[in-house]
Amino acid sequence: MSRRGIAAAGLVLAAGMAGLTFAMASGDTITVKGSDTMVILGQRWAEEYMKERKDVTVQVTGGGSGTGIAALINGTTTLANSSRPIKAEEKDAAKKNGIDVVEIKTAMDALAIVVNAANPIDHLTLKQVGMIYSGYTNNWKQVGGPDKKIIRYSRESSSGTYAYLKENVLNNRDYAADVQTMPGTSAVAEAVAKDPNAIGYGGVAYFATNPKLKILKVAKDEKSQPISPLNADGRPNFEVMWSQTYPISRYLYVYSPGQPKGAAREYLDWILGPRGQEIVEKVEYVPMPGHAAQAASN
Amino acid sequence: MKRRFVETIALALLRGTALAVLLATALLLGSIVKGGLGVITWEFLATEPTQGMTHGGIFPAIFGTVCITLLMIVMALPLGVCAAIYMVEYAGNSALARVIRASVNNLAGVPSIVFGLFGVGFFILFLGRSIDRVRGGGLLFGQPAMLWAAATLAVLVLPVIIVNTAEALNAVPRSHREASFALGATRWQTVSRVVLPQARAGILTGSILSISRGAGETAPILFTGCAYFLPRLPIAHLGIPFTGLSLPMVNPLDQFMELSYHIFIMATQSTDATLTRPIQYGTTLVLVALTFLLNLAAISLRVRYRRGLEAR
Amino acid sequence: MSSENALEPVEKVDAAPRPAPAPAVRTRSRRSRFGEALIETLLRLNGLIAIAAISLIFVFLFKEGIQAFRTIPASHFIQSQELDFDNVPQTVRLWQPVGQNPKYSLLPLFLGSFLVALPATLIATLFGVACGVYLAEVAGKRTREIVKPAIELLAGVPSVVIGFFCLATLATLLQNLLHTTFRLNAMVGALGVSLVIVPVIATMTDDALRAVPGFLREGAHALGANNWETITRVVIPAGASGLVAAILLGMGRALGETMIVLMATGNAAQVTLNPFDSVRTMTATIAAELGSVPQGGEQYRALFLVGALLFTLTFIINLVAELAVARMRRRLAL
Repeated sequence: MSRRGIAAAGLVLAAGMAGLTFAMASGDTITVKGSDTMVILGQRWAEEYMKERKDVTVQVTGGGSGTGIAALINGTTTLANSSRPIKAEEKDAAKKNGIDVVEIKTAMDALAIVVNAANPIDHLTLKQVGMIYSGYTNNWKQVGGPDKKIIRYSRESSSGTYAYLKENVLNNRDYAADVQTMPGTSAVAEAVAKDPNAIGYGGVAYFATNPKLKILKVAKDEKSQPISPLNADGRPNFEVMWSQTYPISRYLYVYSPGQPKGAAREYLDWILGPRGQEIVEKVEYVPMPGHAAQAASN
Repeated sequence: MKRRFVETIALALLRGTALAVLLATALLLGSIVKGGLGVITWEFLATEPTQGMTHGGIFPAIFGTVCITLLMIVMALPLGVCAAIYMVEYAGNSALARVIRASVNNLAGVPSIVFGLFGVGFFILFLGRSIDRVRGGGLLFGQPAMLWAAATLAVLVLPVIIVNTAEALNAVPRSHREASFALGATRWQTVSRVVLPQARAGILTGSILSISRGAGETAPILFTGCAYFLPRLPIAHLGIPFTGLSLPMVNPLDQFMELSYHIFIMATQSTDATLTRPIQYGTTLVLVALTFLLNLAAISLRVRYRRGLEAR
Repeated sequence: MSSENALEPVEKVDAAPRPAPAPAVRTRSRRSRFGEALIETLLRLNGLIAIAAISLIFVFLFKEGIQAFRTIPASHFIQSQELDFDNVPQTVRLWQPVGQNPKYSLLPLFLGSFLVALPATLIATLFGVACGVYLAEVAGKRTREIVKPAIELLAGVPSVVIGFFCLATLATLLQNLLHTTFRLNAMVGALGVSLVIVPVIATMTDDALRAVPGFLREGAHALGANNWETITRVVIPAGASGLVAAILLGMGRALGETMIVLMATGNAAQVTLNPFDSVRTMTATIAAELGSVPQGGEQYRALFLVGALLFTLTFIINLVAELAVARMRRRLAL
């Protein structure tokens, strides 16, 4: 091909694209951004939904609950997945941009505390977990384990899971300086699996099927019974989550800029319906109690 | 005697070091080939990810990579070549030329994540949002899109193109230009009809190297357009007026999957790091093979071109 | 051909079609002069594009970064106050931008970047300069034609691939070998980064040494020096500025590396000088956090400030390297 030919082809391509961009309407694309905890779920929902509805495209990106909510505030996403409730200042920031955020609970999740399978520790209290992650407790022997330094793994600060743990377990103390932050929960899982002195946290779905990991039982305080988020058969135990007996279970939210309409509304209805909740179970999360959740607005 | 002993040891150490570097490269590439070769099937290359990205293929990522590098080179090549032509043929050794040269060198040294910051701050937020304001009607340009990711990559590879083109232009003997002037040609005629045709190979080398660079960079496109899971290809249909037909075209305002980004998220944010390990290796192998072939082509072109010049 | 007369009839048998303007000794037609001027202007505008790009990057980084000082007092970028476990206020140097009391100390990030870049540059200098010397002075023509492209191929490996290799293979290998506390630490990152900059240093060293004129070597040999003595006492000193530039550029590149450190260093923002500790570099901080911040917020501006700091560092390093190269050129112009 002569250089002129290539140049001509390039120009045609460029012109076509230019024409396209100006002629385009936004089309039926639903962008979903946010929680890494939810991204497996979100991606599975998208996959199954697009199989049923060939006319709709659902595009999923992770990055952390903070990413999703930030995108919602900036108006660059249709829906945001979040594993933590939206903060007051985020709601205000959205309002300043003219966006009234609507919260929809779509599933539940157990936050699992994992250690390496070789670790003899079996359970911890919430307070102990908090002390470990804030740097007060630095050696396994202080909680009944071997005399080894505790290697802590965490999610990035953009993660809803990070924020949830900080608020509810660390009581807003800072994480210890030597906590290693991994870009995703599966990286946390992998890191803990490779390190006998490690501790990590994340949505239980990421750890449940890994033989190199041990999911700890968590007790609300010294007097309570340590509860495992899993059943005897290794699947998530729905009752302890619905009753909040397992102290670190939480809702997984989808946030929408205003009441969902049109394609987004249909998608959300499908998610809260039997098919969507069935997928929640399949992906080892916890479906909404009784599958009969209504969209809550605030 | 002692001097010769020292020399022998020293030269042996030098040879050993070079060997060590080659060995490290071989180990690196070897581990990737070993881990990834078994995964490469036609299905892997031609289908999309399924079942939570633990099965299926990486076709959308390959397609996205091809699209974005093409768009990048369409933006960067004309600008870079013209800039190099100005530097070499017109500006001589003036103060302006020196400033341009310094800028090109500095641009080459800017960290790739800073380009990412620039892409977000300038292209998406400033340029994109301004276009949207002028257009009216909602957010279309002011968000991550292939267009802005390509523009960011174009700025990143600009020095590669400028340097390679300048080198190629400088390699054309001065006598050719002088002969052309003696025959009465203007400067532009000399450049376009005498110098540029001879610099073609060098420009091509620069393009191939920049495509290889663009395909491999991840940091600049992290926030300017990549998507985690987008099995649908970034194609839309452009209606051709008066014919009722529509032509499938790459949509530059779409997000896209991309090979290097896919490696990153598969390794760190995938749904199950153990299950997806083969896919991680497979994707890595595809990317390495792609950049390897491109670089090989560029290097062999450059070798042949230099030999041709020397022969003259 | 040179005795053309523009007044002569147009139909002249000419092999090559002549352009419309008259021969060089005459003045050109106004149209062609205008066309030429237009083309030159267009080309000049293009030439300015590199300057424009670098200036815009500078402007946009600092524009946002400076705004961080609006809500964050300057001292907080080094240290701030936080209650310790007994609720006593204490000075801490932490980067924890998310929370009730966000902390923006740049110290752990700055140290983290250097804790990766310095060992990486050291290792890469050792191997890279040796390779460069080998290529320029020792390798035969045939060997050179194999080794140099091989090094260039290493240069072409995308950094995300090297990061993946570090994460999947190297980190565990190193921990099994050295029994480090942290599997992902600055050293793993430094090894990965050194793989990236060895080709940079090797190629530049090779170029710098090849630029040393041959008669210097010949003179040394004439005085009885052997190969190694020539290299160490004549060639390397002559090309020293080029070598310095190579090492500096390598370090600049090491500071700017993102994907490898993001995947392999553990990203713990601690103030430490131990290269086997987990660290968080400036580049990894931006890469990890930029996607999730609301635009215009405090953390967003802080990240741009980190970017501005990074840009300034690499800019200065590149400037010094360029001055070194210019000095080398002047000395060798002889």
